Amino acid sequence: MSDAAGAKTGTQGRGPDDRPLSPHMSIWRWHVTMATSILHRATGMALYAGALIIAGWAVALASGPDAFDAYRALLASPLGLLVLFGLTFSLFYHLANGVRHLFWDSGRGFDPKTADMTGWAAIAFGVVATVLIWAIAVIRIAG
Amino acid sequence: MVSYRTALGRARGLGSAKHGVNHWIAERVSSIALVPLSLWGLFSAITLSRVGFEGASIWLHAPVNAVLAVLLTVVSFQHMHAGLRVVVEDYLHTPGTKTLALLLNLFVCVLGAALAVFCILKVALTGGAV
Repeated sequence: MSDAAGAKTGTQGRGPDDRPLSPHMSIWRWHVTMATSILHRATGMALYAGALIIAGWAVALASGPDAFDAYRALLASPLGLLVLFGLTFSLFYHLANGVRHLFWDSGRGFDPKTADMTGWAAIAFGVVATVLIWAIAVIRIAG
Repeated sequence: MVSYRTALGRARGLGSAKHGVNHWIAERVSSIALVPLSLWGLFSAITLSRVGFEGASIWLHAPVNAVLAVLLTVVSFQHMHAGLRVVVEDYLHTPGTKTLALLLNLFVCVLGAALAVFCILKVALTGGAV
């Protein structure tokens, strides 16, 4: 596709496939703002799947007791619970980082110190809120 | 913040792509709406995890639960569509593949939302009668 000499000099014969995609993982040192950005997209895509799982729950409920019980058993299986746990983290993290984005939209919080601090805060919120809500849920279901 | 745009440009709301800022604003508006809606959804899920078919049907029969469930569904799928669209536009550059992915994203979101809304309303209006 691209001509070798052009690719080497970086000036000619470069098609869209040859261009590096941001973030340039291979040349950048990992930092928290980069991690939060990638994590925001990853959790967003996980929640996409999660919404389809919840839509499936509504379809099962509308289809009658047998379908609902089968779907509920699937969600309560070890794999189902693991997925739900992951989705809970995705929701809390995406929520916290989403609020961080809204804060940025107001034109504030861009200096590196603040951006690093709010990034760690979003990750911490995701982890702590997930563990807390699952602890509450387990206690309530058991009790 | 410093703005480089003309007064007319701002009034028309047209960016470099020659269309409005609706996509950007819609993503923000839906994300603000999803803060309370998704938290409500999460606490509802905990409540619902304790009940079976009958309990879930009774729960969804309550007007407030049914309406909030529909709103959560519609806003979520709209937000998801907007979000994944940006991801596709960022990472898929082959024209055919990109168009296909954008179409698939739209169809999956519309189908998922339509199915969920219909099923929520069916249970809400019939009380889970099959």
